[in-house]
Amino acid sequence: MNLSRSIVALVLLTAGAAGAGDLPAPPKAPLGMVYIAPGEYEPLFKSEGKKAVSAFFMDRHPVTNAEYLDFVKVNPKWRKSRVRRIFADHSYLTKWVSDDTPGPDPEKSLNSPVVHISWHAARAYAKWKGKRIPSQAEWEYAASASKTKPNGKEDPDHYRYILDWYSRPTPKVMPAVGSTYKNYWGLYDMHGLVWEWVSDFNTALVTGESRGDAGLERQLFCGSGSVGASDFKDYAAFMRYALRSSLEADFTTANLGFRCAKSINIPKKKD
Amino acid sequence: MKTRHYKPVILTLAAIMSLGFGLQTADAQIKGTEKAVLLKAPQVPPVITRTHATKVIVEMEVKEYVDRLADGVEYTFWGFGGFVPGPFIRVREGDHVEFHLNNHPDNKLPHNIDLHAVTGPGGGAASSFTAPGHSSTFSFKVLNPGVYVYHCATAPVGMHIANGMYGLIQVQPKEGLPKVDKEYYVMQSEFYTAGRYGEKGHQPFSMEKALDERPDYVVFNGSVGALVGDNAINAKVGENVRLYVGNGGPNLVSSFHVIGEIFDKVNIEGGDLVNKNVQTTLVPAGGAAVVEFKVDVPGTFIIVDHSIFRTFNKGSLGMLKVTGKANPDLYSGKTEDSVYQPEGQPTLTTPPAKVQKMTKAERIKTGERLYNTSCFACHQSNGKGLPKIFPPLAKSDYLLADVDRAISGIIYGQKGPMKVNGEPYNMIMTPVNLTDDEIASVMTFVLNNWGNSGDAVTPERVTKIRKKGPAKNAVTSK
Repeated sequence: MNLSRSIVALVLLTAGAAGAGDLPAPPKAPLGMVYIAPGEYEPLFKSEGKKAVSAFFMDRHPVTNAEYLDFVKVNPKWRKSRVRRIFADHSYLTKWVSDDTPGPDPEKSLNSPVVHISWHAARAYAKWKGKRIPSQAEWEYAASASKTKPNGKEDPDHYRYILDWYSRPTPKVMPAVGSTYKNYWGLYDMHGLVWEWVSDFNTALVTGESRGDAGLERQLFCGSGSVGASDFKDYAAFMRYALRSSLEADFTTANLGFRCAKSINIPKKKD
Repeated sequence: MKTRHYKPVILTLAAIMSLGFGLQTADAQIKGTEKAVLLKAPQVPPVITRTHATKVIVEMEVKEYVDRLADGVEYTFWGFGGFVPGPFIRVREGDHVEFHLNNHPDNKLPHNIDLHAVTGPGGGAASSFTAPGHSSTFSFKVLNPGVYVYHCATAPVGMHIANGMYGLIQVQPKEGLPKVDKEYYVMQSEFYTAGRYGEKGHQPFSMEKALDERPDYVVFNGSVGALVGDNAINAKVGENVRLYVGNGGPNLVSSFHVIGEIFDKVNIEGGDLVNKNVQTTLVPAGGAAVVEFKVDVPGTFIIVDHSIFRTFNKGSLGMLKVTGKANPDLYSGKTEDSVYQPEGQPTLTTPPAKVQKMTKAERIKTGERLYNTSCFACHQSNGKGLPKIFPPLAKSDYLLADVDRAISGIIYGQKGPMKVNGEPYNMIMTPVNLTDDEIASVMTFVLNNWGNSGDAVTPERVTKIRKKGPAKNAVTSK
């Protein structure tokens, strides 16, 4: 850990020393994370306009049951039996065999992504790790990469793969993390394993107030859902937006996990 | 929220009914509570006989599950009540409906319901939007009598409907329904699969085909064969039959027709307007119709979408089996047959069979599966066909006399008059989209089943026949 930190520092120093016009070398990512270069993310609804995404680090794979177990061991208030209902609904960690045994299969599930996890729980874990939950813009930007390109939107195989997963039923025991493909950034399982929490899951759309009958959900139903969409073929994204807006911060579901992100603090150059 | 109620709650109904006698003027007042009876198509819940409004509780579970779309073909359905189409919901004009939408915890996606019978924004869609493992409750009053489609309206709407999320809700008029002997629920819809019609295994949804409106399957009640053979609907001679016909779409409009029947009465688009003596009625996507007819003669009546290639190549075929005494006065059956053949039958010689790679037994096994996908709808599972309509394959003199002619018929289609075991037939068989290897298997099965006995047919033999090109009475020219 210390070693990797000093490498980061070293790389940053090197970057600072680079001559004008040269792109700085990407900073070294902490263990288990990858570097995501800055770029632009195009939200599903055109009216929101393109958003710039700064460089950040992201977990290589979703948080596993084993990793989450470490967290609950030292943070007993997040144990299955102890969690407060306002922070996680009744199905929080429901497949776990007990407070300190992940499930449904105590052995096989260890390396599977943790699911039945609330937004509050995901945030608490991230904080404990010195990280945070990615924003929707960050997540969507990182997830739009295919195996070979930072933007897989134009690749029909890419969105077909995603749709195929969305239309398959949930397996009894979740496969291990890393079981899907590695994308352009080096991230695993952005598609094909679980849904993932984002920090601003319910503020995705322009309407502001996210709950209630007159709010954003309306945009996802029938005709209105298609009017402002930036790419009507991007059904896969529609489904993610729909899922997110069906959630509340205490909800936990069988397919919903998370991974962490981390901001990069690059000292600004003085010109 | 965990309890599911699919059984008639007779006791509750009886209790409610006893409260509601008399008092015509008070019929708008909500009295009592009952639980909606939810049954799998083609069944409909009992007609509502109470004469007052009540509070109806509907418990509807949404499930994502893998099931049979056609023989050997599986699909991941998303279904209301765990079926496709969803159960028929029956309420009475003026009822107050309390709707519970329960999204199964194992589901991957949020779902909701838009009931066309609801007066209110989104038809309930926004109010019923539910994450997996959660349940939503909303209420509405049914103001307009008629038969309405309900469907999931969660983005992407097209995909939710394409995967099976639709059904019918009837709002019975206050004055009640004219009595009939049999009521059934038939819902048409289409499926868009990655593989072509009949391609084996689990088939994922094809977004490209859905956008192009090019379905591989057009079916009644959710799968190929859901309304044939043992699953056919039944009636007796002299009975009045009422069909509630819905169309889930997502894209196609249905030309609903029952071969050999005329609808005495059609409630056009499921509304009040009645048309009489109708042959074929249009059922819009996201719409319904109610058809009524008296069955006068016995036999099997084929239910089709008369956009007819859908019936013979994509699966939209159902059956109504009518039993009872024949009435020669109404329908004589064939009384005479004489030869009328302006053009001669083509003659083909049998090429020598080559050594096959699959054993005969293996071919028969594979062939049986193919037969039950591509052939059974017309020629029937027992190979006996349907009298006067589809010729038999079992002990068929026509078939056994010239196997190559039959193979050519599978490849290129066949039309025009023919005589099989002394009975005349004059139908069109469209080309069956199978590979030479598949045709070899299906022919081997046909030639060695139902009392037939013959050699195995090799793919090489089929290829040779294909190379010869279409016969004179073929359907295609390619």
